[in-house]
Amino acid sequence: MLGYLLKRLIQMILVLWVVSVIVFLMMSFTGDPVFMVVPIDATDSEIAQARRLLGLDQSLPVQYWKFLSSIVQGDFGRSYVFRQPAMTLILERLPATVEMVLVAMGLAVLVAIPLGVYAGANPNGRLSRTIMAGSLLGISLPGFWVGMVLIYLFAVHWGIFPSSGRGDTGEIFGLRISLLTLDGWHHIALPAITLSLGTMAILLRMTRAGMMEVSRQDFMKFARAKGVPRKDVLYGHGLKNALIPVVTIFGLQLGDLIAFATITETIFSWPGMGKLLIDSIYRADRPVIVVYLMLVALIFVVINFIVDLVYTLIDPRISLK
Amino acid sequence: MAQESETPLLAVRDLRTWFHTFSGVVKAVNGVSFEIGEGEVMGLVGESGGGKSVIGFSVLGLIDSPGRIEGGEILFDGEDLAQAGEERLRHIRGRHISMVFQDPMTSLNPLHTVGRQMDEVLRLHTDLGAAERRKACIDMLESVGISRAAERLKAYPHQFSGGMRQRVVIAIALLAGPRLIIADEPTTALDVTIQSQILKLMRRQIAEKGASMILITHDLAVVSEMADHITVLYCGKVVERGRTRDLIESPAHPYTRGLIDSIPDPAARHDRLRQIPGSVPDIRALPKGCNFRERCPRAQALCAETEPDLTKQHRSLWAACHFPLVPGDVQ
Repeated sequence: MLGYLLKRLIQMILVLWVVSVIVFLMMSFTGDPVFMVVPIDATDSEIAQARRLLGLDQSLPVQYWKFLSSIVQGDFGRSYVFRQPAMTLILERLPATVEMVLVAMGLAVLVAIPLGVYAGANPNGRLSRTIMAGSLLGISLPGFWVGMVLIYLFAVHWGIFPSSGRGDTGEIFGLRISLLTLDGWHHIALPAITLSLGTMAILLRMTRAGMMEVSRQDFMKFARAKGVPRKDVLYGHGLKNALIPVVTIFGLQLGDLIAFATITETIFSWPGMGKLLIDSIYRADRPVIVVYLMLVALIFVVINFIVDLVYTLIDPRISLK
Repeated sequence: MAQESETPLLAVRDLRTWFHTFSGVVKAVNGVSFEIGEGEVMGLVGESGGGKSVIGFSVLGLIDSPGRIEGGEILFDGEDLAQAGEERLRHIRGRHISMVFQDPMTSLNPLHTVGRQMDEVLRLHTDLGAAERRKACIDMLESVGISRAAERLKAYPHQFSGGMRQRVVIAIALLAGPRLIIADEPTTALDVTIQSQILKLMRRQIAEKGASMILITHDLAVVSEMADHITVLYCGKVVERGRTRDLIESPAHPYTRGLIDSIPDPAARHDRLRQIPGSVPDIRALPKGCNFRERCPRAQALCAETEPDLTKQHRSLWAACHFPLVPGDVQ
């Protein structure tokens, strides 16, 4: 177990290093950030000085080496635009994104699993066909469109939910969390629903496919022959056997939504990381983008690790090696 | 041991279980009748696809769409299970009638411990407390020949060999003290050496518990050792039935004769194993007359005309044949 953890840790560091190289190289080919910093009428000497101040006058390897060594020391660089540590900027906005994504994922699971189990156990029923048709809609409708329709219906037309912003937040451990206030829940509802639909549809289809596969297995019939009620056969015996691919997709979707909830955040003016990323890309704010992408890589690596641990909880035949 | 009682434990009458598939109606079981008395073992024999398993599943109400019980009665202790609701059947399954499946590698849930899968039966069908259930599970595992039973309760199916798993399956089937066990090819998937162990185990357990058993198999050698009565199926119908000894020694139906002859006999040194010529006809488009006539050495014009009914033959045998064999016939 300890050896396994160590191996995963080394793997994780390796992934992060590779990501840092790729991101750094990519950024150095996309525009000169100096012009974002200096006034429009700056003289050549002012530009040269700004370049020196930002450390952009040195060769790429030297720049990368400085970047890497300061990261190792816990300094992730400062935003060119905000003049604040890039990490602070991102971490300030992280809770808003994470809580929206968690609500969205929770909603997706709550809806997708029961419907998926039902559709998998009764593949020819009329209700199952309706569910599957609905899931196709969920996959194919673009998030920005759903978001706008929800805003139009629930915010503009009926006025039940607010159209934008985060509302009141409560504070816990120095983090500002919407979920601690009723107003926060009120604000999070529409963006979370928008964000959840795609994942909901994918999880539903995975669950259904798994259940259809499992339903053919002998042990399902044996469980029924023991007198186990149908519901317990499906949820107690079947679902767990169908869960491995569902958990895999869940992990990937979770990382994906945390990293790239950009569109939903933009539509609902949700003050999360995604909006910061878009703004930073517009302004060629290199440190913020680099740190952001490395953080995203870290989140994916950690989620995948957790998913692997969950596998072993589900299936005793899978062991950590 | 096998006593003919006035009311049989299970009486199946004119059972018809059909499957409505895209390519036509498969009459997997088409008018089958048989009876089993208390404490009796009945062998249900036939070739693959002969509807043997479907009978077992029909009795427990486990026929899934597109299959359906179209008609007939399944009288268990006087109650017609063909008319029983799902809730009633659920109480009978595992409690009064239990089942042993063919492949022990797939009939246990791979993600639940053996203990949990055993406990489930007792939890559903008894009022025992957790400690009593555990004790019952350990006792049952030991009685089917699994040592260190208390430890093994915590093990998962993949930590057992095939033979051990089948012992676990049998333990689960016996746990709630059922009166009838339906064993569907219980030894087919096992090594030959394990087969006889499992058969002995089943015979002993059945005798000890006074339960009855339907032994479904394609292997006449197996049933002839185990069963008091044998029912032979062909194309979803009973072609012959009777006491095991009478049926094995001198069958009346040419199909049964063929099955017996195809058992390898180590004493006789045939160059080739005897076999029944041809293959089972397409059950969706059965020919007129006797279903077996195309493979039958005794077939005559009459066999293509009318289907023979099950009629009384010599000794205890009943057979559906226009030209049955009689003792002393040499084929």
